[in-house]
Amino acid sequence: MGILEVQNVSKRFGGLQALDDVNLSVEEGTIHAIIGPNGAGKSTLLNCFVGRLLPDAGTVLFQGNSLLGKKPHEINQMGVSRVFQTPEIFTDLTILENVMIPTFAKRDGAFKFNPFGRVLKEVEIKEHAEKLLHDVGLQDSLTEPASAMSRGNKRRLELAMCLSQEPKLLLLDEPTAGMARADTNATIDLLKEIGKSHDVTLVIIEHDMHVVFSLADKISVLAQGTVIVEDLPENIKGNPKVKEAYLGETDDG
Amino acid sequence: MFEKLKNNDKLIMLGFTIMVFAGPIILAPFGAGYPDLLQRFAIFGIFAIGFNILFGLTGYLSFGHAAFLGIGSYSAMWMFKLLTMNVIPALILSVIVSGLFSVVIGYMSLRRSGIYFSILTLAFAQMSYNLAYSVFTPITNGETGLQLRLQDARILDAVNTSGSLPSPMLFGLKLNATNVVEMFGMKLQFNWGFYFCAIILIAAFYVSLRIFRSPFGLMLRAVKTNQNRLNYTGINTRPYTLGAFVISGMYAGLAGALLVCTDPLAGPERMQWTASGEVVLMTILGGVGTLIGPVIGAGVIKYSENIFSKINDKVLEGYFAMMPESISDFLVFIVSPFVGSGWHLTLGLTFMLVVTFLPGGLVEGATRIFDWLGSIGKKTKSAKPGGNTEAAE
Repeated sequence: MGILEVQNVSKRFGGLQALDDVNLSVEEGTIHAIIGPNGAGKSTLLNCFVGRLLPDAGTVLFQGNSLLGKKPHEINQMGVSRVFQTPEIFTDLTILENVMIPTFAKRDGAFKFNPFGRVLKEVEIKEHAEKLLHDVGLQDSLTEPASAMSRGNKRRLELAMCLSQEPKLLLLDEPTAGMARADTNATIDLLKEIGKSHDVTLVIIEHDMHVVFSLADKISVLAQGTVIVEDLPENIKGNPKVKEAYLGETDDG
Repeated sequence: MFEKLKNNDKLIMLGFTIMVFAGPIILAPFGAGYPDLLQRFAIFGIFAIGFNILFGLTGYLSFGHAAFLGIGSYSAMWMFKLLTMNVIPALILSVIVSGLFSVVIGYMSLRRSGIYFSILTLAFAQMSYNLAYSVFTPITNGETGLQLRLQDARILDAVNTSGSLPSPMLFGLKLNATNVVEMFGMKLQFNWGFYFCAIILIAAFYVSLRIFRSPFGLMLRAVKTNQNRLNYTGINTRPYTLGAFVISGMYAGLAGALLVCTDPLAGPERMQWTASGEVVLMTILGGVGTLIGPVIGAGVIKYSENIFSKINDKVLEGYFAMMPESISDFLVFIVSPFVGSGWHLTLGLTFMLVVTFLPGGLVEGATRIFDWLGSIGKKTKSAKPGGNTEAAE
């Protein structure tokens, strides 16, 4: 059984069947890509994993435990982190503080009342955060406010925030959207590195086929709310069903 | 140099302590050196510091904090009436009771955020005000307000034979006692009540400083900037915001208790929405989310309330006496709407100017002046190499 098991998940928004009986299995330690044309239900599916949406039917199991009905912070504490499509960071805080917060969350749990602690004396937390910022290449501007960063750097920061928690499962929602080609390639290398060096399973939603085929160990193709194919990358390219799903769609990556 | 000073906690505490203790001397030339006003500076400073822990750090804008001020006052009065005129039990009980109330009100109000949270807290405070005004008359003595009486129990105190009402004291030290000293050509008034409030203000400021620097405070600031991200980062934000709410409620209760320690009378108007609005003004005027801002804001508002409101047409005529009568009459005509009972107009205009031009409050104004002075100092040296600004988007 995989680290993430999605069984018969359905979700309807009014008249729109966003997800229709989705089945998916993610093997531990792999990079699993979910692709599909616009409106196929990829982000809806991801929202069902992290507690943002509750499916109408079906189950989502993480390491054998159901994620349904759990709050976002509970799911995160189980070891699931998410990088959002538009970077979600703490813009008013410094870059270092941005990474220290998830590190605190990892060490202290969902709540710890310590109004007389000192952030400055938390040397281990600070060093851990600095190391991760170094890993993603943001070591030069630790005390700058996060709001002043470029979008690409905000994505890297968010990635460092998620990695600082040493998640078992990392969900990435279009990690290279809006990036220049050079940045995209740097991100691919970074994600490859993460997949190897950290003990983490990656689930990536991506439009950019270049990214998908350079990273994924396995690909699921989502179309009209259902998984039409789940296969190895080399078998996806020639699959007639996939071609049909993308017909009339242009690759906007 | 200013940056260094801003981050050195020991220097901040030292500077703050000196400024507060020297208050009667520093403020005497401004006509604010009398005990009643000095006490108000300290007490409303505490109130605003506590409010800033909630509003400044988490961004949750409560419009009902006066409820806790009133609850603190009533609790302290009952301690005076039943137990003893010593202020210590009164302070302890008021902090506990206002803490309990803020747990309940906070738990319910924090289920919503933004404007809905503000409206909920406002509703709870107005409810408390109306209850104190009417339904709870046996406890609050309604419209008249809760007062000391000769026949009160005061089981710990010796039987009162003097025939006059006792006054609040600290282990026998009467808080309304004032030593008047002639110094620097001024009449300086050193009042025990003020120094008692001042010590608590300094302690309250220190606690607030520690909260600002703690991981708890970091989480509260994270709530303000992106609560959604914090939830997806594995943090349960509800207990953090409730913690901040309760702490600020306890600060308000403490301030309420100090109000009756210096003037033993508690009325329901203390809980009215105008009082809740006042602490919001204080915090924003001084600087939201800054350490010292709320204290400055409280000082400025209480100063104008007490000084501007006492200026009437007679006083103004005195100011302009050396001018010809027609000009003096004209100036009095122009200025008089802004003073006396119209001091709110001055406050409102000041507030508008500050919010428009200095969103960070008076503290931002001071920071800009320091930066400007610093840049003048730097210009004399060689020009700085241009920073490599990264294009955002």
